[in-house]
Amino acid sequence: MTDLTAMQADLSARVTAAADLAALEAIRVEALGKQGSISELLKSLGKMSPDERREQGPKINGLRDAVAAAVAARKAELEAAELDARLAAERVDLTLPPPPERKGRVHPTMQVLDEMIAVFAEMGFALAEGPDIEDDFHNFTALNFPPKHPAREMHDTFWLPEDANGERKLLRTHTSPVQVRVMQQGQNRSLPAWIAQGQAPPIRVIVPGRVYRSDSDATHTPMFHQLEGLVIDRNIHMGHLKWTLDAFIRRFFESENVGTRFRPHHFPFTEPSAEMDVQCDRSGGSIKIGEGTDFLEILGGGMVHPNVLRNCGLDPDEWQGFAFGLGVDRLGMLKYGVPDLRDTFAADTRWLEHWGFSAFQAPNPATGLS
Amino acid sequence: MKFTLSWLKEHLDTAATVDQIVDAMTMAGLEVEGVEDPAAKLAKFTVAKIVEAVQHPNADKLRVCQVDTKDGRLEIVCGAPNARAGLTTIYAPIGAYVPGSGITLEARPVRGVVSNGMLCSAKELGVAEESDGIVELPDSLAVGVSAAEAFGLEAVIDFEVTPNRPDWLGVRGIARDLAAAGLGVLKPDATKPVAGAFPCPIEIKVDGSACPVFAGRLIRGVKNGPSPEWLQRRLVSVGLRPINALVDVTNLISYDRARPLHVYDVAKLTGTVIEARLGREGESVEALDGKTYEMTPEICVIADGSGAIGLGGVMGGESTGCSEATVDVFVESAWFDPIRTAQTGRTTGIVSDAQYRFARTVDPQSCVPGLELATRLILEMCGGETSEVRVAGEAPAAPGPIVFDRSYVRKLAGLEVAAHRVDQILATLGFTGSGNQVIPPTWRRDVEGKADLVEEIARIVGYDKLPAEPLPEMARPPGGVLTLRQRRMRDARRTMAARGYSEAVTWSFTARAKAELFGGGDAALSLANPIASELDTMRPSALPNLVEAAARNANKGFDDAALFEVGPNFRGDQPADQWTAVTALVAPHLPKHWGGGAGDPLFQLKADLLALLDELGAPALQVVQGQASTWWHPGRSARLQLGPKLVIAEFGELHPRILKALDAEGPMLAFEIDLDAIPEPKKKGLKTKAALELSPLMPLRRDFAFLVGAETPAGDLIRPILGADKALIAQARIFDVYQGAGVPEGMKSVAVEVLVQPREKTLTEAEIEGLSGRIVAAAEKAVGAKLRG
Repeated sequence: MTDLTAMQADLSARVTAAADLAALEAIRVEALGKQGSISELLKSLGKMSPDERREQGPKINGLRDAVAAAVAARKAELEAAELDARLAAERVDLTLPPPPERKGRVHPTMQVLDEMIAVFAEMGFALAEGPDIEDDFHNFTALNFPPKHPAREMHDTFWLPEDANGERKLLRTHTSPVQVRVMQQGQNRSLPAWIAQGQAPPIRVIVPGRVYRSDSDATHTPMFHQLEGLVIDRNIHMGHLKWTLDAFIRRFFESENVGTRFRPHHFPFTEPSAEMDVQCDRSGGSIKIGEGTDFLEILGGGMVHPNVLRNCGLDPDEWQGFAFGLGVDRLGMLKYGVPDLRDTFAADTRWLEHWGFSAFQAPNPATGLS
Repeated sequence: MKFTLSWLKEHLDTAATVDQIVDAMTMAGLEVEGVEDPAAKLAKFTVAKIVEAVQHPNADKLRVCQVDTKDGRLEIVCGAPNARAGLTTIYAPIGAYVPGSGITLEARPVRGVVSNGMLCSAKELGVAEESDGIVELPDSLAVGVSAAEAFGLEAVIDFEVTPNRPDWLGVRGIARDLAAAGLGVLKPDATKPVAGAFPCPIEIKVDGSACPVFAGRLIRGVKNGPSPEWLQRRLVSVGLRPINALVDVTNLISYDRARPLHVYDVAKLTGTVIEARLGREGESVEALDGKTYEMTPEICVIADGSGAIGLGGVMGGESTGCSEATVDVFVESAWFDPIRTAQTGRTTGIVSDAQYRFARTVDPQSCVPGLELATRLILEMCGGETSEVRVAGEAPAAPGPIVFDRSYVRKLAGLEVAAHRVDQILATLGFTGSGNQVIPPTWRRDVEGKADLVEEIARIVGYDKLPAEPLPEMARPPGGVLTLRQRRMRDARRTMAARGYSEAVTWSFTARAKAELFGGGDAALSLANPIASELDTMRPSALPNLVEAAARNANKGFDDAALFEVGPNFRGDQPADQWTAVTALVAPHLPKHWGGGAGDPLFQLKADLLALLDELGAPALQVVQGQASTWWHPGRSARLQLGPKLVIAEFGELHPRILKALDAEGPMLAFEIDLDAIPEPKKKGLKTKAALELSPLMPLRRDFAFLVGAETPAGDLIRPILGADKALIAQARIFDVYQGAGVPEGMKSVAVEVLVQPREKTLTEAEIEGLSGRIVAAAEKAVGAKLRG
């Protein structure tokens, strides 16, 4: 009769001593495989008498279960050790840098424009656009700049050469020609869809875009961005303009405490005309908005001049409203502290990385503007 | 425009301070640009009297003075030869900064005697360039009076005159607005006509298109010379140079009444006729600035018997100017056409006070009153006897009445102003009329309608009184306010930034030669007056600007720029010629990496381009190689097309020839998308998406290696493979391209992984074999591909 106890002791010792999964498998086959020693013992149960079987059965089954458990336990141990060894070998130096990536940025002027659009969109303004190359009618005449009027000279206009009809196109000096395109009734509709077409009042639009003046120094560049606003209805008055600009300034600078000053000015295309100043402090070498006792002019506007309405085919006794214009680049510089306007157009990657904005900082009413 | 408080007070009865005046001006629309206050600089300097002056014990040239000052009697050492007992002069206390010498006074001994301050010269005070000894002042000045007051120095207010208000170019016009703003009372104009003693012997002729009205008179027997001190001081205070009494009077009235005048020395005139007419070719005038100008038929000239002698309304001539020797003077007070005067200013480049005023429209009714005022002043200062006034021509008609319903103030400005207050404001500003009729004063040619009148009321009441009234609610477009194109511009910007490109905003112009490199440079798009030749032509593409920007960055040591711009390009000068591009440029020089390179950067650029197009909602596009524009590398560039004609984008490596012309180090990779060419998705009523079909069956992947001609675009395999069974084949992707051993010469092996998605039941081996056969047949039919054995 086989000594089951000795057999278990021997197998257990060998299982525990198995150095790797292959050695363990060999032991398992030797004991528990089809011809394994324990399998043979189990087969021998069939030849035994019932009494003998009743006695030996539990012992042999116990032996089988014990050895199988020992094999399983050792297998788990060996697998864990093998995994540990593999993971140890897979160690990398994570102080090494990841592959280089460029940090993409949204240009600050475009970010600021998106901020402005967000503020005005909340007030119900839609966007209108027009071409950068304009004609004299849209840029000047329709806006109540009479031909040869000295007010035209204040605009430092870039001119294109005379065409065959003796007409000269120009680069728009402001976004106001789009006012005319939006208001003008019964105009040529063959233009591309992106160019504003005459619409019937009520009108509530903003017009962002590039504008051009032949001027260049630290605060003037030959190209810059304006945002125009236009509201036409039956009873829109100057108090609405004041509220709109006040509300815009507070939302744009994200502060309830920015003082504003609304004062008379002159523009040919508005009557009455106004400029708005914001409170600022110039004492420290840089301009701080919303502090101090100084004022800084930031935008102009007024009630659309009756002549402009007439030039667009609207009856000034029936329709009235306001228009305003502001410098996008300049307001952005003031909000974010950008020192020199010329750098805005230089595409210096370090400048863009510093003053630019992440793609995911899209202005949004839930998260605020900036 | 500059003026002083005392000058203002000639016209305005007021007790207001300079600060109050500045505030009132700002709120009435006179934008103050600055106040220069000499009193601030001289605040510490006061009048003092020398009681005793004795020789300094240790220095020949110094005196020790006992001085009565606002700080009591002090001992002060002084080196000036005129320091003497009884002199009234200026004292600077210890601690004062002396502007003329740049020192701050300290109490220290001068050769053993402590000086408790300083007695100052005009030069030391910074009020004169040269001075001889300390200031000598009238004895009537009391000790302690400020130096600024003793010298009659006062604050000068400088403000911007908007082009609609030429009346503000005279101090009286400013006073009138300040009176309306409640700062004081406008003094009546005391100018009375001076009766002439004889008929004017000089005849005046006018050409109405050059000079509609011309008033003049002759004053004989004058004694010209320096003008009185008050007049000289007044002119100097606003930056004018006194010349002689006759000329100074004209300058005074120009600044006082916005009424330019001119004086002629009658002895230097030829003949007895003065004529204002258009210039003639070949005529020239030596103007008072010493320069000679050629006359044209566009210019209004003043002529006598000898021909043109001056530019009317712009500048007088040297040959007939008044000097101290002038005995008989002819005074001109005319009205020149604003547009012609402005043009003459532009063409001649002459900037003068007269030209500035006439170009902005002088009050046409001011000819005779201005002449009378000048006559009175000349007779006072220079004596003489005046002729009668002679007037030729006729002033342009005064503006007619405006129908003005007072309730329009509420309607247009939102401002409640009582009717009597409206009338009072208009009256103070010089408006007349009765009932609903309002007649603007002759100096207010800018007031043309009722909106102008509302502005007058609103600015005098104050824009701070305007109510801030919220905009009425208005129905909003339910889908947001941006058009699809505007959304695409915004999405393009943020997609590109998210993919590592920085947004540039560059000029809409470039140099013509550079525009030509990119298919532009049309003469019709070259500016007539560019700011620089580098910026003289509207750009056909943002590429030249981005290449130059990347090169500039490289020159500063940053050669790995990835830039993009969303902006306009120009094919011509018509509105329809402007198109919107998304342009990107990469200088593929990312820093070295320990993990090795990342493959051909052109394919990274292609990935960015395709991702962007996908984000913008572009449909699947065809890659067409070999037809891209000339500025691309011919082998490393392609077009993305929708159908055979519509080009949506071009991308690739820029041609080395182009980079060389732009002085840029290559390689540079770029793409340009015509945003306006991307079709709009089909309109749907609602935003509901198509149902999602997810097969419960496992997809299977099969790899095919095809042999194709080496020149065959590998990408051309994909479309036929997908077409072999549109229901089952979900995807086909090239994962390897190989040429070399095992592949016949002139061929390449292209390995394609095909994803098969069973729809209804698992495919049998036979069905899979059948599908494979169809794939191979389709590939062979399309590009002659053979399955690699």
